[in-house]
Amino acid sequence: MKFTFHGGIHPQETKDATEHKPIETPPLPERVYIPMSQHIGAPSKPVVKKGDMVKTGTLIGEPTGRVSVPTHASVSGIVADVVELAHPLSGRRILTCIIDSDGKDAPDGSIRERDCSNLAPQQIIEIIKAAGIAGMGGATFPTFFKLSPPKEKPIDTLIINGCECEPYLTADHRLMLEKPEQIIDGTRFLAQALGVRNIIIAIEDNKPDAIKAMSESAKKTDFKVRPFKTKYPQGAEKQLIRSCLKREVPSGGLPMDVGCVVQNVGTTKAVHDAVRFGKPLYERITTVTGPGVKEPKNLCVRIGTPVKNLIEICGGYHNQTAKLIMGGPMMGITISSDQAPVLKGSSGILVLDSLSAIELEDHDCIRCGRCIKACPMGLLPQDLYNHIKAGRLNAAEKEHVLDCIECGCCAFVCPAKIRLVHHFKYAKSEIMARRKK
Amino acid sequence: MSGSESRTPSVFTVTAPPHIRSKTTVNRLMWAVVIALIPAFAGSIFFFGWHALSLVLLSVASAVGFDALSQKLFGRKITITDGSAVITGILLAFNLPPGVPWWLPVVGSAFAVIVVKQFFGGLGHNFVNPALAARAFLMVSWPGIMTAKWISPRFGTLSGFDAVTTATPLGVLKHADEIVGAGGDPAAIVTQVQSWPVIKNLFLGNVGGCLGETSALLLLIGAVFLIATRVIDWRIPVGYIGTVIFLTLILPGQKANFATYMLFHILSGGLMLGAFFMATDYVTSPVTTKGRWVFAVGCGILTVLIRLWGGYPEGVSYSILLMNVATPAIDRFTKPRLFGKIRKVKQ
Repeated sequence: MKFTFHGGIHPQETKDATEHKPIETPPLPERVYIPMSQHIGAPSKPVVKKGDMVKTGTLIGEPTGRVSVPTHASVSGIVADVVELAHPLSGRRILTCIIDSDGKDAPDGSIRERDCSNLAPQQIIEIIKAAGIAGMGGATFPTFFKLSPPKEKPIDTLIINGCECEPYLTADHRLMLEKPEQIIDGTRFLAQALGVRNIIIAIEDNKPDAIKAMSESAKKTDFKVRPFKTKYPQGAEKQLIRSCLKREVPSGGLPMDVGCVVQNVGTTKAVHDAVRFGKPLYERITTVTGPGVKEPKNLCVRIGTPVKNLIEICGGYHNQTAKLIMGGPMMGITISSDQAPVLKGSSGILVLDSLSAIELEDHDCIRCGRCIKACPMGLLPQDLYNHIKAGRLNAAEKEHVLDCIECGCCAFVCPAKIRLVHHFKYAKSEIMARRKK
Repeated sequence: MSGSESRTPSVFTVTAPPHIRSKTTVNRLMWAVVIALIPAFAGSIFFFGWHALSLVLLSVASAVGFDALSQKLFGRKITITDGSAVITGILLAFNLPPGVPWWLPVVGSAFAVIVVKQFFGGLGHNFVNPALAARAFLMVSWPGIMTAKWISPRFGTLSGFDAVTTATPLGVLKHADEIVGAGGDPAAIVTQVQSWPVIKNLFLGNVGGCLGETSALLLLIGAVFLIATRVIDWRIPVGYIGTVIFLTLILPGQKANFATYMLFHILSGGLMLGAFFMATDYVTSPVTTKGRWVFAVGCGILTVLIRLWGGYPEGVSYSILLMNVATPAIDRFTKPRLFGKIRKVKQ
């Protein structure tokens, strides 16, 4: 029984630059910039001030709301300042903790191996929350929150997402090849926290080596490692649930509404680190790639490392660099400066040169219908665009613009090169802002 | 680190995702259609001589010229390189009898491009196919020219067989009584026009008809290219021609032979040209998959109804025009299903 989802596209994968390169750990950064908001939800509140000494993994920001996670130091050293800086993705000014490394990388006292034999579900969830873990696939939804569904929404299936359907990115791929045991271990903790028996590890079939490595490690468990068709956006939460279980998350709902929790493989590895070793989330695997960088690499980097450092580690810029993207080419966000730090959700740094970053002039819609065929949510992008362009936000809302997952399939296929996602993002934020009023 | 040859701007371009796009552009799609029409264009010159060449060139030149002129007058960006006016010019000429005077395609192009296309906002905004609307306009304005200026193909006859030289195959079927005159036997020529040799001539294009519509073979070559490169959606021609096949098989008619009668209908007139090149016009056909099936079947039904019971021998252009007008309604009723619309409660 192989299900799939409607729509989707097949962009060039362009993963060959890094898919065979082992994860490297670069030297420690001299200075890190750690924003208090790296997750969806309320930002954390700084608990350190200028001049404080911190160790690697020391709590520097505590959660402030129901949906919020703490933040930790990613190097040991001295707090150089806590100031408001522009957030690399949203552009909003956000409190950022700047730490000067002492080069020792001395671990915080809280980081030590734990006896995991008798952990209760609630204990696991608390550990995950305290470790500051948020979805590392890019959406950065607080992980503990997904693990705490209300009673009336029982969960029966845990899906570990190893699809990595974005072109160029290979961070999850390499992680599955190099640390399969730890991912399996993390999966075990997640399953325990949720109390579920049905566990699916989903991997796109363009990564046969990862499927093999994960299957080997999963041998002693009853986890199902399942290959899925390579089709973008196979790794999008709603589409993946549909592919795995033929269940559809209702419009406006969450995976828990259909008894499902989805966690990215990177997140799962972080869960392993946190539960087994008490290690908070202060580093992650990031793919630095694209035609604008000399030697693309998969790096294990500390959160808060400026992108500039990573580019230097990868041999510097190549050709005429034009665009820096945090994330993949389909959903990643452009950053205007290479001073921006790596965040918990930074699965990749994509560097485009002037050739690959070319923006084609847009044309009037010719009603070719390609966007409709590509939309995995069953929307009519071309109609929505017309409504938004004419200022009819109510009509756009009625035509379900809020269901748009911003995957970019419509804009990718559009022959008129209309910036569809741009318009949908605008409409969604306008509609949400109006609702709040 | 040094990296002297690499330029490192301090500020990078900020744009909305996605940051990669498919190679398909409007221009590519339009020019692909132009390329697909070349075999039939060559065929028109082969069958109807150099006058065919000059009609097509005049039609294209005036369509492009009027496009540029009206864009200038309306203060729009001039986009004649997108190829859409070239397609309109070719299709308009393809829908004219080969013996029409030179000014007819010029007038037709003016109507197609200025009135039907640019008055409504240019490419993407017209609600009927410009070439077909212009053909309808010319039919009403100069019916004498539009229904009589046929030319026999270089190596054949107007009807596709020797006994009749005054009517196109569809004309023979419709007006057999008038053609044979008093005392003649209309049944005999109705039988003859459905014979295998005529079917063969229809397939190759060695019969009378509009400039670019006669050769099913040459049109199919272009159509296969367009379907293989996914420029057009196969559903429209398959649904359209399929409906014509189905209806001509089951409906009563002047059938000499079941199979040849059906083949006669799909190979004669403008069906091949219409189904592959005009019903598939993006702008004037539905955007959804379901809608395209509805549109195609509607075109097929109307074509057969007009041919069998209407006043004209041929019904392709009017069928497509009528379905063009119905397109907004079809789009409205054939929206795709929203993901997650039916709330799936887990068991």
